Parts: sequence; C-alpha cells; structure tokens
Amino acid sequence: MSAGHPAELETLFGDYPLDSAFDEMREPGGDVRSHYRALAETLARLPQAELERCKQSAELSFLTQGITFTVYGREEGTERIFPYDLLPRIITAEEWDRIERGLTQRITALNLFLRDVYFDAKILTDRVVPSELVYSCKHYRRQMRGLQVPRNVYIAVVGSDLLRLNTGEFVVLEDNLRVPSGVSYMLTNRRVMKRTFPQLFHSYGVRPIEHYPQLLLATLRSLAPEGRPEPNIVLLTPGVYNSAYFEHTYLARQMGIDLVEGRDLVTHDNVVYMRTTDGLKRVDVIYRRVDDDFSDPLIFRSDSALGCTGLFNAYRAGNVTVTNAFGTGLADDKALYAYVPDIIRYYLNEDPILPNVKTFLMSDENERKHVLANLENLVVKAVGESGGYGMLIGPHSTAQQREEFARQIEANPRNYIAQPTLDFSRAPCLIGNHLEPRHVDLRPYVLFGDKVNIVPGGLTRVALEKGSLVVNSSQGGGSKDTWVLE
Amino acid sequence: MLSRVADSLYWMSRYLERAENTVRQLDVTMNLMLDTGGASAGSRWQQLIAALGNPEGCEWNGNLEEMAGRLVFDALGHASITYCVNAARENARQVREEISTEQWQRLNRLYHQMHSAQVQSQFRASINDALASVVDGIHLFKGVTDTTMIHGQGWQFIRLGRYLERAYAIATLLEVYQAELFSPHEREHSGYQYLEQVGLLRCCTAFEAYCQVYTADLTADRILEFLLLNRDFPHAIRYCVDGVRQAVEAIQRTGGRRPPDELTAGIGRLHAMLGYTTISEILAGDTAAFLHSIREQCLRIHELMYRYYIHYSIQSALSI
Repeated sequence: MSAGHPAELETLFGDYPLDSAFDEMREPGGDVRSHYRALAETLARLPQAELERCKQSAELSFLTQGITFTVYGREEGTERIFPYDLLPRIITAEEWDRIERGLTQRITALNLFLRDVYFDAKILTDRVVPSELVYSCKHYRRQMRGLQVPRNVYIAVVGSDLLRLNTGEFVVLEDNLRVPSGVSYMLTNRRVMKRTFPQLFHSYGVRPIEHYPQLLLATLRSLAPEGRPEPNIVLLTPGVYNSAYFEHTYLARQMGIDLVEGRDLVTHDNVVYMRTTDGLKRVDVIYRRVDDDFSDPLIFRSDSALGCTGLFNAYRAGNVTVTNAFGTGLADDKALYAYVPDIIRYYLNEDPILPNVKTFLMSDENERKHVLANLENLVVKAVGESGGYGMLIGPHSTAQQREEFARQIEANPRNYIAQPTLDFSRAPCLIGNHLEPRHVDLRPYVLFGDKVNIVPGGLTRVALEKGSLVVNSSQGGGSKDTWVLE
Repeated sequence: MLSRVADSLYWMSRYLERAENTVRQLDVTMNLMLDTGGASAGSRWQQLIAALGNPEGCEWNGNLEEMAGRLVFDALGHASITYCVNAARENARQVREEISTEQWQRLNRLYHQMHSAQVQSQFRASINDALASVVDGIHLFKGVTDTTMIHGQGWQFIRLGRYLERAYAIATLLEVYQAELFSPHEREHSGYQYLEQVGLLRCCTAFEAYCQVYTADLTADRILEFLLLNRDFPHAIRYCVDGVRQAVEAIQRTGGRRPPDELTAGIGRLHAMLGYTTISEILAGDTAAFLHSIREQCLRIHELMYRYYIHYSIQSALSI
C-alpha cells in the first residue's frame, strides 16, 4: 500500500530534506517507513485548518493545566509552556526490546560500580578504572565510604539520554544519575495526545506508560528502612522557584505522597520528621529532587537553605532512605562515562548492548592533542555540567570560542571531554503548516528497586530550531509523545 | 497534613474571599455613584476604602475610572483584585499536589483572565460585566473546590480561611456604615435612602435573602440584625463564625490533636456572643464597639490557630 494520497503527502512534506542523518519517519529514498504509514495517511487527510486547531487546543491545554517550566532571571512571564510537537515519535517493538535490555544492563552495572567504589574499590585496584579519575570527581562523596544503603541500590531513578545514529542504532549519550527530570512531560504529553488523536492512537496499539507513578512509588517503598512496614514516603523539592517544580507537584500528587521542602523537615536524634498540623511526623523515605550539594548544610554546602540540617546523619544512621543516594553523580561524570563499557564487562561479564559515543579524555595526552587540533569538528563538554551548559559545539562555534575552550582544556584537562559531532536522527515536526525534520533524542525512565522497571517510551526531546543540535528545554527544546508499539 | 500546606490552603482561600469582597463592594459603590442625590463621589470612595481596611495608595484623586482601575489591576496594591488573585494562585501553586486538577485549572484560568490583553478593554467597555465575570470565576472555583476536593483537613483549612476572612470583612463593612445607617441625612426623596440600604445589603449579596425573611420593608435595625445574627445566611457574621467553629472541630477530628483551650474558648466566646445577643441589646449598647470587638476576636482566633497548627515550636511538639 502506498503512503496515502501522493499529492496531499507532497504538500505536507513540501521540500522536506533527507540527507545522511537517520530520519525517523522516512527511508533514505523518501518512502514513509512502514510503522509511520498510518500516521502519514491521517495527516495527509486532515485539512490544514484542523491541524492548526489541534495544535492550538493542545497548547491551551498545557497552559490551563499549568504545565510550565520556570525560566530563570526574568520578572515578568517567568512561566512558559514546554513546546509540544503534535506528531508522535514511534518506536517498534524490536527496537524497544534492545533499548530495554541495554538500559537494564547499564543501571545494574552502574549500581555495582558505586557499591564497589564506596566499599572495597576492587575495580580501582584492578586498574579497570583509574582511581585518580574517581577521587578527583567533584561528585565523589567521601562521606559515603562504607555506608550501607538499602538493597545496595544507589541509583533508583535514572533518565538516560539516547541518540540514534545514522546506522539506525541507538547509543547512550549520558546517564543522568542524580536528579533526572522530564518524566511529567512524558506523562502529560501522552494525555494530550490521546485527546488530540484518539482514533489514530487506538489503531496503533501503543504500549501504556501511565503507570509510571505507581511503579515509582513501589520502587521507593521497596527501599524503605527495615522495620518500617508502612513507610512515610515524601518527595523533597527545592521549592516553587525550581524549574521542575511542576513535575515535583505532579509526581507527588500522582503518587499520593507529601511534597515537602527543606523547611518542612526537622531532625531530632537522627530521625527525620516533618511538621504537620498534627505535630511532628516521622519520615522514612525521601525521594529527593535536590542536588547533593544542597541537601544538608551540615555536611555539604553550608550556605544552602534548601535542604534539611542533620539529614545526612539520619541517613547514615539508617533511619531514613534518601534516593537517589548521595554521591551517585560520580557515575555520570562525563569522563567516567568513557569507562562504562568496561564497567559493564567487569561486573557482568557481558558486552554492552547499547554502545557509548566515542569519547576523548582530555587527561590523556595523545587524545588531548588530537582534540585540540580538531576542535571545529568536535563537541567539548565540561564533565560535571548538565542541561546543555558548559558546552562547545565545534561546527557551530567561532574561532574565539574555540580558543577560549582550548585554554580552559589546557588549564584543567580533567574537567573536559570531547566527542565527535553526532549526526543523530531527526523526526518530522509540524512547523507552520508543513512538516520539517528536527533533531530528536530519547530519554527513557528507568526505575531500580527490588527489580528494574522501564515504562515503554520516554521523553522525546526536539531541537526546535532548524539545524540545532541542542534539545534541552532551557535552550529552546520541545518534546513529543513517544509511542512504543506492541 | 504539612503545616506549610495548611498555611497555603488557608491563605489561598482568604485571598479569594478578599477578592470577591472587593469586587462586590466596588461594584455596589460605582452603582450608587450613578445616582447624584447621595453623598459626593469622594466621600463614597473614602467609605469604600475604609470598608476595605484602608489599603494604601487608594486615596481619592477625583478620577473614578482611574481609581477603579487601580483597585482592580494594581498588582502591587494589597487590596486590589489582581493582587488577591495573584496571591491566591501563588499559594495554590505551592500546594499544587494538594488541590484537585479542576481547582487548579479554574484558578489558573481566572489568573490568566486578569492578566489577559482583553481584560483592560473589557473593563473600559463595561465595568459591571468585567466585575461580574471575575465573581463568576471565583464562584466556579468554590464550586469545584466543594465538588472535586476530598473534604479532609485541607478542605477544612480552606473553609476556615473563607469564613474567618468573610466574618472580618462584614464586621469591617458594618463598622464603617452603621453610623450612617442609623442617622440618615435629611433628603428630599426617600428613594435615595432605599438605594443606600439596598447597596449595603448587596455588598453582602444579601438583598434577596433579606426580602425573603423580612419582606422588602427595609429598616436599619433589621438590616443589622440580618447581617449580624442570621444563622442561615452564608454572608451573615453568625453563620461565618459557625463555619469557623465547625472547621476547627473537623480539623481536630481528622488530626486527633486537641486544640488548646485558648483557641476553643476564643471561638466559643465569639460564637456565643452572636448566638445569645439580641439586636435590641446591641443597639442599646455601643454598636461600633460591638462590631469592633468582633474584628478583634477574629484576629485573635487567627493568631491562636497559627500558633498552634502552623508556626509551633519544635520543642513543644517534641515534648508531647
């Protein structure tokens, strides 16, 4: 069967460019991939005005639901909706199966790695990972040495960033092991999508993701301290001015747990309590959305007002579970990332299912020379940053920026890594009244409690600006609903 | 329930009640200004401002449209409708997980309505319509609050805020207008007096309810009796204090902690004062002092409630 009515499809596609990058919807020859056909036909049949109406009603629905993120540094209109693209990104069952196995393998190995590093450090003794790399990481927490965490689970909630290369293969770009965000957009995108294209959605046989909050709650419950059969679980937020505040409230509500701020918590005798209208109530599990640095002014940054004084001591005493554990940022240091394939082989004796992106370590002299000579073709990243900050994208940079980075690399090689500029995949987006390809990534959400759980899907982020490679919401990115087929 | 959450729900509710009160009083005052026979525009405005608790920056400057605009839109003026809606939404935003999605959407829509581009022009075209649509928004919010939110402790704090704010506002209103109510100026047409009295009742949406109880025969003592002592009308102070008492009792029931005697006694005293005093006794004494004492007692109840549920000391909580 051909892809709908050719004439209408043609107007829809317009001069849709196809080049070396993998296109999620179309094959290199221009045909629509089989799992996108029904979508293309539906789009071709819809009148322009109807598409426009769908788009507007979706946007209005985000605004009235208050699904916004906060943009820092502006007084007026600091809340914006996260731009949403109407067209779903579709992933086949086979593709998903590989992703799921790959991520399970990765989180299992990374948890074993953290346990090892904070106890016996065998992997360092065996020289699989250089010990200076671990001990010089700014997210390494000395305080975690020898501290037993429930079920040995350091990382319970992960949102890894995947890219699809022009071979069609998915690779891992980053493991976000500290406080990954965006899962609420995954959930609300789905809700809006079901309302916008109900029949299409139904006809596709899309696997559900809506039970994520329930799985998250079960994960948190499984990590409660022993002897607390009915644990009081809370979500710790930095507060209403945090850019992900909407998500914190959303998850707390969906899980039916209290959303607390640092000022709601007090510790006494190494037990954490929250201030309620009925007096103090003991807290057993904290799902924290506050960085290590801001969690306890007594142990970490003393100028932080976001955390709870004494939290770490209560944690050390085993009276409260905090997840993700402190010090997990070590394992998503961008320089350590280069060693994850070795880490997987070391602990699991398996080959990595999802490959890494080639990464040059600036602490290695030969690699550094190579990188400095080829800056205009590479992407340079500061190892401890996230959210698209502290980055140099070689092909889009000026000579001055490259010079600046070169100087910084020479001054502090440990702080930087470089990767090839990736020709990652693009998916069609509705721009104006026709389709244009935009770069997309995929962030699936992995949960690790008594077992690994990954809801089929994730957040597909879109670099909405033409030609842009940056998908972060703080830098002009948007998102799509992600369909994993039965 | 977290103390911070209870605090936010309480204030969300109070701010919306305050916004509604301001809308209604502004609407009534502007209506009365249409009839030329009564007091001057300036003195009417002064009364309105006094009845709203003398907020700063609202002194009469002779330009009604500008003054009204300030009372509606000035986001910095603490009595303005926009300020109250902003504050209510900000409180709601901080407890987004506690209120229902319907509540949040309703309040969010009201907020966006106050900040939309059309609202200023709508306001210039017909201030009555604009004010009516704000009240509609608030009423819808109260409706979804009662129908979509679990009637647990959070809802009780919303009720507590609503009734305490309302009781205080009505007492303030009556305190400002009572003198005039009983010593009307000599006027050529008694029609003006009728308009004034209807206006006072309308400030509390009480005109129709009053007529059902007393017929349209308006007299000062009956108006005062109705707004102070009626037990069935939601904008009568006695009814509001009843609501405050029920809310605090329900909070105690759901939480299990017994409120301090001071708080129970404070509410009980005010409740009894309104339940066991007749209008003739009030009129025989110092009416203004009576009304003022209601306000003082409301403030006291607020303080005690705060000290016990919201800002208690850790030491006192640990020793229980």
